[in-house]
Formats: sequence, structure tokens, C-alpha cells
Amino acid sequence: MINKNLIIYLSILIFGIVAPFVFPAFKVQLSILCVLIILAMTWNIQGGEMGYNSFGNILFYGLGMYLCASVQVGMFFPLAEWTESGGEKTFVHTPAEFFQGFAVGLAVAAVVPAIVAGLIGYSILGLRGHYFAICTLGLGVAAGEISGGIEIIGAGQGFTTPPFPNFGGLEARGEFFYFCSFVSLVLTFIVVKSIYSTRFKLVLNAIRDNEDKAEAMGIQTMKYKIIGWMISAFFCGLAGGIMGGLVGYIDSTDVAFDGREMGVFMVLMAILGGKGTLWGPIIGASVFHIFKEGFWTFFLGWQYVALGVLIVVIVIYFPEGIMGWLREKYPERFGEVVDEADRKAQVELK
Amino acid sequence: MDFMVFQYPMISVQACLDGILLGILFALIAYGMALQWGVMNIINIAQGDLVILGGYIAYFMYLYGIHPAWGVIVSPIIMYFVGVGLYKLVINKVVDRDLFISILATFGISILFMQLMNFAFGADVVLANSGYGTTFLFNSNVVLPNSKIFSAFVSIVFAICLVIYMKKSKLGRAIRATAQNARAAKILGVDTEKVYAATFGINAALCGVAGALISITFTIHPYMGLPYTIRSFMIVIVAGLGNLPGVALSGMGLGVFEEFADYILGTEFRIGSVFLLLVLILVYRRFKLSRKREYLK
Repeated sequence: MINKNLIIYLSILIFGIVAPFVFPAFKVQLSILCVLIILAMTWNIQGGEMGYNSFGNILFYGLGMYLCASVQVGMFFPLAEWTESGGEKTFVHTPAEFFQGFAVGLAVAAVVPAIVAGLIGYSILGLRGHYFAICTLGLGVAAGEISGGIEIIGAGQGFTTPPFPNFGGLEARGEFFYFCSFVSLVLTFIVVKSIYSTRFKLVLNAIRDNEDKAEAMGIQTMKYKIIGWMISAFFCGLAGGIMGGLVGYIDSTDVAFDGREMGVFMVLMAILGGKGTLWGPIIGASVFHIFKEGFWTFFLGWQYVALGVLIVVIVIYFPEGIMGWLREKYPERFGEVVDEADRKAQVELK
Repeated sequence: MDFMVFQYPMISVQACLDGILLGILFALIAYGMALQWGVMNIINIAQGDLVILGGYIAYFMYLYGIHPAWGVIVSPIIMYFVGVGLYKLVINKVVDRDLFISILATFGISILFMQLMNFAFGADVVLANSGYGTTFLFNSNVVLPNSKIFSAFVSIVFAICLVIYMKKSKLGRAIRATAQNARAAKILGVDTEKVYAATFGINAALCGVAGALISITFTIHPYMGLPYTIRSFMIVIVAGLGNLPGVALSGMGLGVFEEFADYILGTEFRIGSVFLLLVLILVYRRFKLSRKREYLK
């Protein structure tokens, strides 16, 4: 059993390392897939395991994106002049400055959203059910609207992130961002998997199943809820920072606080794969990404119509997700379903 | 930041009057939301998009040379059938389910409507010109477009008609009975499925009226739906379900708040301030409720 799992993990790892060289044309797509999986997995921590369905994790994602880019610029050049100059590059990062800035930026992009989550957690996580969902939806949209009015980070005209330093060309840029996102994905997976094998996950499940009873059993639910949300925010911010560098241009409502795309995607991917499972979000994100890319390419213009229909169909007819469906279909083999599902994900990835 | 509003009292008067007239419209939308929330226990994120769709119906009548004020009659009739159709297609499958399912499903409908309207009507900001002129008050210091007064008046008329209808008619009684206890109503022979469909239809019709009025008074745009949903949600949670004077008052309060936020913070922060206010209200409500819980312990 352990051997089998080990083989699977190793094969995924090797695939992940080799992939950008084997499929050089899909590097950007694979990096986006890694970011999507991170978002789905972290949404699943509090959406699936804790039962707190948030529409507002986009807040941390966008915050991380802006923070990473601002730190990367602000460490070496005046931020206000940078944004004012817009697309025209009057300042150029040397390679050392670029990587140093990006590393510090990513660290800030991960830590600050986690702190923000901890600060607002006490007041927001006290809300239950649909009040929480609507409140977080409001937070996400408010963040987008407000950041669109702040001058220093580009306001309405957007923020261009520092261009990749001039060596190795486009290839090196793609590989750099791919490995950034892949390493973060592996990190996220390790953290989430180790969380799921501890008592912490049981506490989260207890909160989901009946919060009042969990409280009555002597669990300090608020503490665990805040920690869960902070972990979620940490990796959301990290993913946002990487995505900002990858896209190269940050706009308040279309890229960073994009509740209509990313904010819905992360919920949808987790539900599609199966809420409250380890592998569900990963499978869901992979399937969704393939579907989305197909749709975005062949039915350009109708993608949001398709997205709306997809949401309604998934939510109404398929709320248990792929993992739930597998569990229903092969209940006796459920111990091995994880491996089965994983094999499928691998096939789809290739 | 602009503090002109405190130096010239007339601007305050202007903002208050504008806000109250705007708030009456919000209250009408919120009344629809309270109705379907109370009866069917679902939260409809697509509420704002129904409003905008109603607005486009009035705008189209205007384009074809009919006075847009007739949209106030035509739009709710069309929207009633849109609402019933929506119920038959999607909503009836989420009524008994988890609230989150209904939020997500209506979110999907909202995205769908947004995009379909964008295809059908284009992404321009449009307005149906009613040609009603303006009223000047206090030595022309306060300017009120007559269309705003007209829209507030029509909203009040519709709200009163609906209240009377809910009190007196058979369907209204059935709706109120279902809201109180759906199971008991079913046992006593109320066709709850029909009641749900009618409720959603009435909600959509109210959105249609409000949308037609908004297209006359303000502007409409395919992507402007979500703020209307959030505003009506906010009004309903402040006022509580089934508290009509409360809905009217908190609607006006929200309208006045928005006008002042517009003057003080600037127009670009107007929508952002509405969403922030929602977060603040929910957090305030949470602390109030938790204090109550501690007291009960």
C-alpha cells in the first residue's frame, strides 16, 4: 500500500519536473493549472472540510498579487513613479534584483494575507452559513472596487509587474514561473496532506457537521476556524503572487480581485472534484482547466454563458463531485479509489 | 475627500432628497427579495440581473418610440413569466436544498444573464429618456429630476398594491401560509409548488418594475446587477423578513448613505462603500447576536 502510494507520488513528481521540457508549448497552461489546484485545495480547507463556504478567498489572492508586485518594485524603485509610467519601462531590474525582489515579494504575499485573515477572522467567521457566504462575497467585491481607486498601485489603468530579466528569453521565463508554481503546489500538497492526517482535520469536520455540538464538547471552534482560514489565505496569497508575475499585468477587477472568474472557479473546481476530500480539488481543477481551455479557445465570446450553465448544472445535478460519484459507484473499493482517481487525473494531465 | 457637503447645507438637502427617492426604489427590490427569501428560503443572487433585464425591456420600448413609462406596466408582465420560467427550470430543484446550493446556483444564473444581456444589448451604459424635465426647489439650489419623483411615486403605488393583494387575495393568503409553515400548508391543501412559482414570478415582476424605473431615472448596464442584489440583501437583513416599514426605512437610509458616500469619498468608491457597509453590518449583527447568546447562557 505504502509502496503503491510512493510510486504514484514519485511519478507525479517526475512528471511535474519533466513536463515543461516535454511539452514546452503548454508551460503557461501547466503553471496556471498548478495555481488553480492550489486555489481549489485551499478553498477546500475551509469550504469543504470546515463547512464555511467562502466566496471571498479571492481577497487573499488579489492581495497577494498586488503585494508581491509592489514589493518587487518598491524594494528598488519608487512605486508611485513606476505605476505612473505605466507600460513604458523607465526602470529596469537587473536579474539579481528581479529574483531577490520576487522572493521577498512572494514571502510578503503569503504572510500578509494570512495575517489579514487572522485579523478579520474573529469578526467574519462568527457569521454562519449564507451570511458568511454573502459577507465574503461583499469583501471580495469591495476589495476590487477600492483597489481600483487607489492611485499608488495603478488605480484604473492597472499595474505592470517587472518584466523578466533579459536572459534565456521566453523559455526561461516560462520555466521559472512554472517551477515557482509547481514547487508551491508540492508545498501546498504536503502541508494540506499532513494537516488532513491530524486531529486538526477532525476538528474542522466537527465544526462542519455541527458547530454548536463541537463547542459543547469543549473545542475552541473559533481558534480552529481562524487557523484554518489563515492556512487557506497563506497559500491563496502565494498563488496570487505567482500568478501576478506570470500574467505580467495587474488590473483591480479583471485580474486581481476577479470574483467573476477566479473567485467562482475555485469554488466550482472544489465542488466538481468533490468537497471535503484530499484528491477531489486536484481532479476537479484538472478536469475544469481542460474543459475551460477547450471552451475558451473554441467558443470565444460564449465562455461566460458556458460558465453560468456549467455552475448551475454542476451545483444542481452533481453536487457530490467526481469523488462522491466514485465513492457511490465503488463503495467497497473506496480505500483504493484515491489511487484510481489519481491515475485518471494523470491520464487527463497527459 | 471632499467636505463641500458640510459647508453648503443645500448640498446636504440635495443628497438627502436624492437618497430618499433612490432608497424607495431599493426598498421595492428588497421587498421582492424578502418575499422569496421568506417563502422559499433561498437567496437569489440573480435579483440584480432581473432588475437590469426589466430595465432593458423599458429601454427597448423607448428605442421603438413608445414612452418608457409604459415599461412600468409591460416589464413586470414579461418579467413575471421570466420568473416563473426560471423557477420551473432551476429554482424548484434548489428550494429544499442547502442554502449555499441556492446561492451558488443563482450566482450561475446571474453570470449567465449578465453575459446574455451583454450579447443582446451591448456593453454600453444606456438610459431611457423620459423627457419629464426637472423641478427646482429652494431658489434652484436643489434640483430634482421629475423622473425620480415619478419613480418613487410608482414604487410606492406598486408596493401598496402588493401589500393589499397579499392581505386580501386567495393566492396572497396561500403565500403567507406557505411562508409560515410549508408542510402544514401542504396538508391543508395549498399547492405549494404553484405558490413557489407565483412567489418567484411576483419577485421577478417587482424587479421588472424597479428595473423599468431605474432605466428611466438612472442608467443601466449589463454588469450592474450585483450591487442591486447586495443592496437588497443588506436592506432585508437590516429590516428583517416581513417587516415592511422597516424595509422602506432602511432602503431610504441606504439611499442617503450612498449619496453622502458619493459626495464625500468620490464616485469611484460608491460601489465599494456599499459592499463595505454590507460587511460592517454583518459583523455588527454577528457581535450583537453573540452578546445575546452569551446573555442566554
